[in-house]
Amino acid sequence: MKRVVITGAGTINALGHDVPSTFEAFREGRCGITDLDIQDVDRLAIKIGGQVHGWDPEAHFNRQQISLYDKFTQFTLLAAKQAIGQAGLSFEGQLAASSGVVLGTAGGGVNTWDENYRTVYEEGKNRVHPFVVPKLMNNAAASHVSMEWNLKGPSFTVATACASSNHAMGQAFWLVRSGAAQVMITGGSESMLCFGGVKAWEGLRVMSKDACRPFSANRNGMVQGEGAAVFVFEEYQHAKARGAEILAEVIGFAMTSDAGDIVMPSAQGAERAITGALRDARLNADEVGYINAHGTGTAANDKTECSAVAHAFGHHADRLMMSSTKSMHGHLIGGTGAVELLACIMALKDGVIAPTIGYEEPDPECALDVVPNVAREAKVQAVLSNAFAFGGLNAVIALKQA
Amino acid sequence: MTGSIKDQVIGIIAEQAVLEVDDVKMTSTLEDLGIDSLGLVESIFAIEEAFDIQVPFNANNPGEGAFDISSVAAIVAAVEKLVAEQHS
Repeated sequence: MKRVVITGAGTINALGHDVPSTFEAFREGRCGITDLDIQDVDRLAIKIGGQVHGWDPEAHFNRQQISLYDKFTQFTLLAAKQAIGQAGLSFEGQLAASSGVVLGTAGGGVNTWDENYRTVYEEGKNRVHPFVVPKLMNNAAASHVSMEWNLKGPSFTVATACASSNHAMGQAFWLVRSGAAQVMITGGSESMLCFGGVKAWEGLRVMSKDACRPFSANRNGMVQGEGAAVFVFEEYQHAKARGAEILAEVIGFAMTSDAGDIVMPSAQGAERAITGALRDARLNADEVGYINAHGTGTAANDKTECSAVAHAFGHHADRLMMSSTKSMHGHLIGGTGAVELLACIMALKDGVIAPTIGYEEPDPECALDVVPNVAREAKVQAVLSNAFAFGGLNAVIALKQA
Repeated sequence: MTGSIKDQVIGIIAEQAVLEVDDVKMTSTLEDLGIDSLGLVESIFAIEEAFDIQVPFNANNPGEGAFDISSVAAIVAAVEKLVAEQHS
């Protein structure tokens, strides 16, 4: 089996338009959740989100490109450019043929669906732009990355709701570890902050109207976010031979299904994914110093997740740190695991643990060290990143220091 | 509007619980009737549609807030209050 390392990272999210600004916000415990600035917000009951502000597509793409790129693709292409730029790779010949793209998204081009439904239903027009389908399809972002960077190996998109990015990065890890690919561009993207995208979530009655406060006794729901994060997963010898900077090593991955309920999570399913990732990574439980939690801020997730971690880690659960950065960037749905992997890389590389902000009252059902409100300096050797999706699909990734 | 608020609310709850209307007692709790959290969210949606009202309800803390769901009688009373407030 090959070793897999991360040699590039890029992002755009509510906290910043690149990795350094996102890390700075994590260190400062800054909140990126604001009032939503979208059409028809007055008809929404939920008026807040982790929205990307100051986004100017014309600064990055020409007119023909913009007519083909939904916002989730635009976010992806920007993050991919940063990641591949950092890795310093160019894809030609054999390397191009053995490198691909696997990305997560839950909704794909939701803004494109929304805008064009408006055109035909609200405005009563009978004609839409010719590129509606290639713009909204879930694999548009992965395909455009492959075209932009000449990646000719395995490329596809994973849609498993809130676990999409973790499932995608797990597939990328497996492809490189098995030798089926030399380099995989991976991560995920979501852009659902439009009237239809927020209205759909409102229906479930699990959204907060004021803030995302994971693990806090007074939490009252989740807050949506948007953006992307993209990474370069590279075979270790290849990275070493060319002297690339290694940000972290990917050492394990596991996925499980609850086979239970379409929305209610299961502690057993989550626990099996966590212990599966530890086993795959050949890690002892007490070697894990930090977990980036799924931590949605809903009543159901947070207590289930804490129970799963407590069972999986036993006594060590009281010694490790677990934070939810969704409190800062919101829940990016299919893109969330990718942005959250950044907090894992920061923990390993910089020795800084991103906090769970908005934490106000301890909850006896979430009695772990959730790194409340303030970032912490700590040396950690190995970390996990959790993602647990609607539909009971769980995916946990393990990383260690380079 | 067809029937009293009470009859309509009981009708919605009975449909959600897959029970006969006569089996839904005013003293019944949602738990008695086998309605889980997802069933509750669907029932509230049906109530909002039937009476054209907004029900203040967050599934993260269903027991709290202004809308009392402790029994069928409590739900009927809460809906009557919201209809009076929102249609006056």
